[in-house]
Amino acid sequence: MTETHDAVETIWRMESAKVIGALVRLTGDVGLAEDLAQDALIAALEQWPESGVPLKPGAWLTAAAKHRAIDLFRRNERFRAKVEEMGRQTELERNMGVPDPDMLDDAIGDDLLRLVFIACHPVLSRETRVALTLRLLGGLTTEEIARAFLTPVPTIAQRIVRAKRTLSAARVPFEVPDRAALPARVASVLEVIYLIFNEGYAATSGDEWVRPALCEDALRLGRILAELMPAEPEVHGLIALMEIQASRLRVRVGPAGEPVLLLDQDRARWDYLLIRRGLAALERALTLGGQLGPYALQASIAACHARARTAEETDWERIVALYDALAQIAPSPIVELNRAVAVGMAFGPEAALEIVDCLAAERTLATYHLLPSVRGDLLAKLGRVEAARVEFERAATLTENERERALLLARARSLRSE
Amino acid sequence: MRYMAIVKATEESESGRMPTEAELAEMGRFNEELVKAGVMLEGAGLLSSSRGARIQYSGSNRTVVDGPFTEAKELVAGYWIWQVRSHDEAIEWAKRIPFQAGEVELRRVAEAEDFGESFTPELQEQEARLWAQAAEQAKQ
Repeated sequence: MTETHDAVETIWRMESAKVIGALVRLTGDVGLAEDLAQDALIAALEQWPESGVPLKPGAWLTAAAKHRAIDLFRRNERFRAKVEEMGRQTELERNMGVPDPDMLDDAIGDDLLRLVFIACHPVLSRETRVALTLRLLGGLTTEEIARAFLTPVPTIAQRIVRAKRTLSAARVPFEVPDRAALPARVASVLEVIYLIFNEGYAATSGDEWVRPALCEDALRLGRILAELMPAEPEVHGLIALMEIQASRLRVRVGPAGEPVLLLDQDRARWDYLLIRRGLAALERALTLGGQLGPYALQASIAACHARARTAEETDWERIVALYDALAQIAPSPIVELNRAVAVGMAFGPEAALEIVDCLAAERTLATYHLLPSVRGDLLAKLGRVEAARVEFERAATLTENERERALLLARARSLRSE
Repeated sequence: MRYMAIVKATEESESGRMPTEAELAEMGRFNEELVKAGVMLEGAGLLSSSRGARIQYSGSNRTVVDGPFTEAKELVAGYWIWQVRSHDEAIEWAKRIPFQAGEVELRRVAEAEDFGESFTPELQEQEARLWAQAAEQAKQ
């Protein structure tokens, strides 16, 4: 019995996005759709242990949820009013005739893509988009999202409830944005996926430096998106970036849980399956043509590192050129700081220090630990040991990650003993 | 987590018979599902064991035995590498493979930490270097 129960839950995770997508198209409302989909899950939990898992479980779940929607529409005044308010009654009535369990693949894909755009809609706050995307598209439970983001469960639950209410109140349409709105909306989707990835890759708080499960979730979402929007170069750019970064996951952390920086990593232990996939995705982005976007540029930088067999072989001049391009289209103090590091490697610490010192007045970096950390590194290379030590100590007080703090303090100590 | 789905050979696959157009189309659809779900990392079919060889080790001695090999069920005819969230998900995908007969074995791909203490950093490095070379050769 429990075995079937687990199987139902697993299938639910695999199919829920498609089921919810179909139901949002029908009802026009994410909250309603999720409730109906939950009803279908309960029906499956009741029936499958007796009847066995159907041949096409996803289609079964969707059909069950649709039946439930139609049933409610006929019987429940409030539900009918709600659906009519969303302008969805014709869609629902059209489905009343013969509920077709074998939906066309195209329709499923379209629904999924629309669901992505709803979950990442700009009317929602950034953290809400992240939670809703993991819930609707990733099939994660509220508890799992809370655990991943080290946030209390009620906070996430409330965030999701409020998100559904916001979408409903704003009457956000279930559609793929038109050509004019598309670039900004795609950017919002990519940002959400990359935020999820980064939360796993460089855990911003807590004792752990990496939470690989979140990276895997982000990668899966990215790969799904690439199939839904194969002609968008930046989607492939983002996947390339994530795959290449993820290829270093297992060597980013040392045996004692301490972070190991890119140039100190054992390259033989990188994951070459992911690197190969990343380089292929980058190739796809480049083949689609046009000016490179910020993700494709960052992926190109990551690819420079991935292609270098040893840290010394790194093509730093090309990396500087790529950062120059990135600074043109997506200028930010963080990009500038990274550019400084590359300049330091390509043209020496003096040139880099000039760039870093220009950033000293940057208010957005005032509490950013990597600024003093990079500056400390450059000063150390220039032999200004005492100044370097002060910078590392400052960086240690700024980081929120325990492991990183230990690493920075160790560097400061090593300078003292010299 | 990653799983390797190992497709066991059959008399038919060992005979060198290539899949029919209909079988290929059906497998293509299944692979497409894997890709669309973000599950597929890689996969390939293997030619019959008559095109392979076995290398046996005994101390410093190496004995090479050319294929074909008997006992089709013990041979491998193909594989996938999947990224899934759970053991159950791997099983669910495996159930959906459009085979009419035969067997697939699911094995979880070991991450470095699964080897524990006995897998020293030097060994890890060596192993990964081999993989790196293999990956490099695959590109050429």
